[in-house]
Amino acid sequence: MEFQLLIEQLLNGLQFGTMLFLMSAGLTLVFGVMGLINLAHGSFYMIGAFGAALLAEITGSFFIGLICSFIVAMFAGVITEILVIRKLYKKDHLDQVLATFALILIFSEGIRWIFGAYPLYLNIPSELNASVSLPLEIIYSKYRLLIIAIGILIAFFLYILTSKTLLGIRIKAGQNDREMISVLGVNIKTLYTIVFALGAALAGLSGALIGAIQSVEVGMGEPVLILAFVVIIIGGIGSIKGAFVGALLVGVTDTLGRFLLPELFKLFFDNADANLIGSSIASMSIYILMAIVLIFKPSGLFGERSA
Amino acid sequence: MISEKKLNFLILIFLFLVPLFSILLNDIYITTLFSKIVILAIAGIGLNLILGYGGMVSFGHAAFFGLGGYVTGILAFHFNNYEPIQILVFEFEGTNHLLLIWIFTLIFSSILAFFIGYFSLRTSGVYFIMITLAFAQMLYYFSISWPTYGGEDGLSLSLRNQIPFLNTMDPITFFYICYVWLIITIIIVKFILNSPLGISLKASKENEDRVRSVGINPKKVKLITFIISGAITGLAGSLYADLNRFVSPTILSWQMSGEIMILVILGGMFRLYGPILGAFFYIILEQFLGGITENWQFWLGFIILLEVLYAKAGIMSFLIRDKYDEKTSS
Repeated sequence: MEFQLLIEQLLNGLQFGTMLFLMSAGLTLVFGVMGLINLAHGSFYMIGAFGAALLAEITGSFFIGLICSFIVAMFAGVITEILVIRKLYKKDHLDQVLATFALILIFSEGIRWIFGAYPLYLNIPSELNASVSLPLEIIYSKYRLLIIAIGILIAFFLYILTSKTLLGIRIKAGQNDREMISVLGVNIKTLYTIVFALGAALAGLSGALIGAIQSVEVGMGEPVLILAFVVIIIGGIGSIKGAFVGALLVGVTDTLGRFLLPELFKLFFDNADANLIGSSIASMSIYILMAIVLIFKPSGLFGERSA
Repeated sequence: MISEKKLNFLILIFLFLVPLFSILLNDIYITTLFSKIVILAIAGIGLNLILGYGGMVSFGHAAFFGLGGYVTGILAFHFNNYEPIQILVFEFEGTNHLLLIWIFTLIFSSILAFFIGYFSLRTSGVYFIMITLAFAQMLYYFSISWPTYGGEDGLSLSLRNQIPFLNTMDPITFFYICYVWLIITIIIVKFILNSPLGISLKASKENEDRVRSVGINPKKVKLITFIISGAITGLAGSLYADLNRFVSPTILSWQMSGEIMILVILGGMFRLYGPILGAFFYIILEQFLGGITENWQFWLGFIILLEVLYAKAGIMSFLIRDKYDEKTSS
């Protein structure tokens, strides 16, 4: 029994991690390529979830909603990039933090204005809202398995995109020397817009996927945003591989920490105290993980240069 | 256009007269509102010491602000229910003496700042921004999941803490307490900025190698100012807890860090009095927009965005003209 529970928690951690990866991939690319700290990334997560909830209700199909979340967030990304983000590339980090903080206010209040203060619900289609039996008598939610699969698929797709295609080569070149590649005839403005929109779209998709498990509400993006930052800092900024490893590390640490730490403290304290101390420390575990990584590797696990 | 010195003087005179306006307009709420402005200004000046002058972008100053608040809240909580604070085998009495509470706040926030600064200053740039954020988030989640002091619901203080011979529950008295702290903060920070410590801090921001080459350890300079900055912000948090007679995890949240940072930048970094103007405009804007529309944050966002994109040097440089204007455009 204990073993099955452990595996189930591990899968939960994996599911959480792959979702974090979808969020972090855009963030790390935008930072790596354009040198931009984008606090408003969580807003695209929220926009994707709201887009999916709205369109799923209109069309009655969860999958159309899911696809639309991607498209809606991508459009929001393109518009934001052209209107605001473009002006921020040359400014220092402090201005970027402030301007994108302002964008959060605008997006969150804008959404509240349109949809009201109450959360929306996005329902998982009935064929996915079931459990499957895995080997070793493990029973697990179909939908969460789907999330893990989508996450891994996108990770693979991004790996191919960044390492095997022309766009990927340009992105990498842009990371290294932006003047040089614009001299070589690459339209750097368009490249930046594409990268930003891709990141926004992935965030939107993960918002819709998670929105179906939790609720779709204003402010849902910010907690995930902070976690995504932890992920890219642990992984090393600008590295897709780092984001993937970091996301899984954070996902598994958080989930297993909440499960195992209270058990661990039971060896030393009585039950009530152990639960209390264990869960308090578990809620901080990923930040402790990040602090430890940064203390030993100040530019993250896969970071090449310090930013 | 007036000189910075004159403007600074006007700001202090204006703040001093606030209770008078408040009495003339027969609206005591103005005094309470300005107490909040003064407290946030103190927190902002604390942050500005390392942000503006030291180039250390701390996105986790809510940790100190919140710690100050919780030290105040917890000491008063134990005083009110007569239960001593137990740490291992030691027992401490709670207290409601503000002077004692301030001393404890300063000690604890300095210790926290030493700890956070020691580890964070190993990194720089965006990693520094994020590791300070991570430490603040640790405290935030800890405060939520630790139920003894209210957890997510926070902790109420039935009365403000006391100073002998003064009635701190009177809004005007409390305002002047905050005002005095503002003056003390300004004097201390001004003194630091003109001392060898401050000069080497500004030099470390420009070029660490050169500072090292004249025999000064820039890490040490940065750490010391980080501790001072944390202590000042912690004290502001303590005053904030007494003002509201309430502490909750909200004051440890990353939005709080963002708010303190916004008012520093809004007012104008590189200027000692910038955070005061920043806090003033931020709170007044919040009140004003909140009065005319429910979606005031939407418009606040717009105003901040325009400020960042088109008026980088902050409100203060609208009002004065001097040598800093060219320097800050970099």
